[in-house]
Amino acid sequence: MLSVTQERGGIIPKLKQDVMRKMIEQGVRIDNRGGLNDYRTLSIRVGVVKTADGSSLVSLGNTKVMAGVKVEIGKPFEDTPDEGALIVNLEIAPTASPDIEPGGPPDENAIEIARVVDRAIRHSGFLDFKSLSIVTGKHAWFLWVDIYVLNHDGNLVDASTIAAVTALMNTALPKVELDPTGNILRIDKGVRSPLALNIDKIPLTITHVKIGNLLLIDPTREEEDLSDGVYITGIAGGNVVAIQKVTGAFTRDEVNSIISNSVNQYVKLRNALMNAMANPQTDLKL
Amino acid sequence: MEVGVINNAEGSALVAYGNTVILAAVYGPREVPQKHLELPDKAILRVRYHMTPFSTSEGRKSPTPSRREIEISKVIRTALEPAVILERFPRTAIDVYIEVLQADGSTRVTGITAASLALADAGIPMRDLLVGVSIGKVSGTIVVDLNQLEDQYGEGDMPLAIMYGRGLITLMQADGEWTPLRLAKPLTLPLRLPSRYISSRRIPLRVSTLKPRCH
Repeated sequence: MLSVTQERGGIIPKLKQDVMRKMIEQGVRIDNRGGLNDYRTLSIRVGVVKTADGSSLVSLGNTKVMAGVKVEIGKPFEDTPDEGALIVNLEIAPTASPDIEPGGPPDENAIEIARVVDRAIRHSGFLDFKSLSIVTGKHAWFLWVDIYVLNHDGNLVDASTIAAVTALMNTALPKVELDPTGNILRIDKGVRSPLALNIDKIPLTITHVKIGNLLLIDPTREEEDLSDGVYITGIAGGNVVAIQKVTGAFTRDEVNSIISNSVNQYVKLRNALMNAMANPQTDLKL
Repeated sequence: MEVGVINNAEGSALVAYGNTVILAAVYGPREVPQKHLELPDKAILRVRYHMTPFSTSEGRKSPTPSRREIEISKVIRTALEPAVILERFPRTAIDVYIEVLQADGSTRVTGITAASLALADAGIPMRDLLVGVSIGKVSGTIVVDLNQLEDQYGEGDMPLAIMYGRGLITLMQADGEWTPLRLAKPLTLPLRLPSRYISSRRIPLRVSTLKPRCH
């Protein structure tokens, strides 16, 4: 499968591009939010999907992303007999934007986002993979995290990580009854226990875009289209757990300021997430 | 490192980093077969990173592209794009095919070095050559150019591609756990390293590289 150069600037008229650049130089965003270093309004609703084992609906400005977790019992992988598994998938639904065509497997953009979210969670120490083991070498929980982008207005990665993490925080595993030889007798979906998660190591991603020589966080789709580069940092606790330069070229100084800003933004974003989790809203409303 | 290894291609290179051996071949600039993909103001780059089924130390790797290969094809494309002067060839496609012949870690960055040499060998105008290098953390120590074992058992892996003449980073990924301070240090390392790496080897690029190309 070939990876092909994508058109930059999209369908933004040249005139608007110039206006956006001028505004950004003055520290003003086209959507009138605070400034270059501010997130849009974030809302999180957990447990919105009753048929899922865990779910979350995240709005970041006009971007809307839903994550659902389904748990299944599977045979552990040979190299990790005492661990379960995490599988992250992402699809940009055709509802998300007029230029998304339905059908076909996820394209390279969707695969890239899913793999960055997966890496941030996997390397953070947030999820204890050993706690997913049921019988060593025989049975373990597989967590399928399916992320659906319902409306695309930029920064899909940060919204998707928040959706995946809060959906996992909302996930509870059914009780499994075993016979003495380790065979499964019964799975009781009525009795559940939450996943073993380390809340001090919540993984979050912070996306920066470069426009001219300025760095912005939480880009809208227009800002992404306009940008000279996109750079994602995954943070857990105070450490970097994932990096993905998506487009463009960056100097070492730019990378260093992106990373230190990401560590600062992480604290704010994590507080917003914890507040939302403390005041759960569970009705399925967009 | 060797260039001009595939005579049918406009440019090609075979690059080995230890036991990792990668072939890159460049075709084009040529007509874009799917007209809707062509761009009015520049060439498109089409990149495929692919592992041959016999290249891995474990069992046979299926030749159908995995999610990993699709992601790597994309990050290699966006690593090459800033270096190639695509504006020189509007409405055309430049195809870069990367085949992993033997894998022992650091395949994507070896692939970028090979692709950059193949593009230069094809005489395609570039702003700079690219050098790929991986940095890792193994038993708490920062190491350069990871092999498979170091990648598998190390605590962190960071592939980088650098336009060393301009000090620009065009590929940067990381997994594992890095303290922000630990990260700043390895970043200075590869920016000094590749220029030494390249100049000590004097890659035999064809004279065509220096001539303007007519099509």
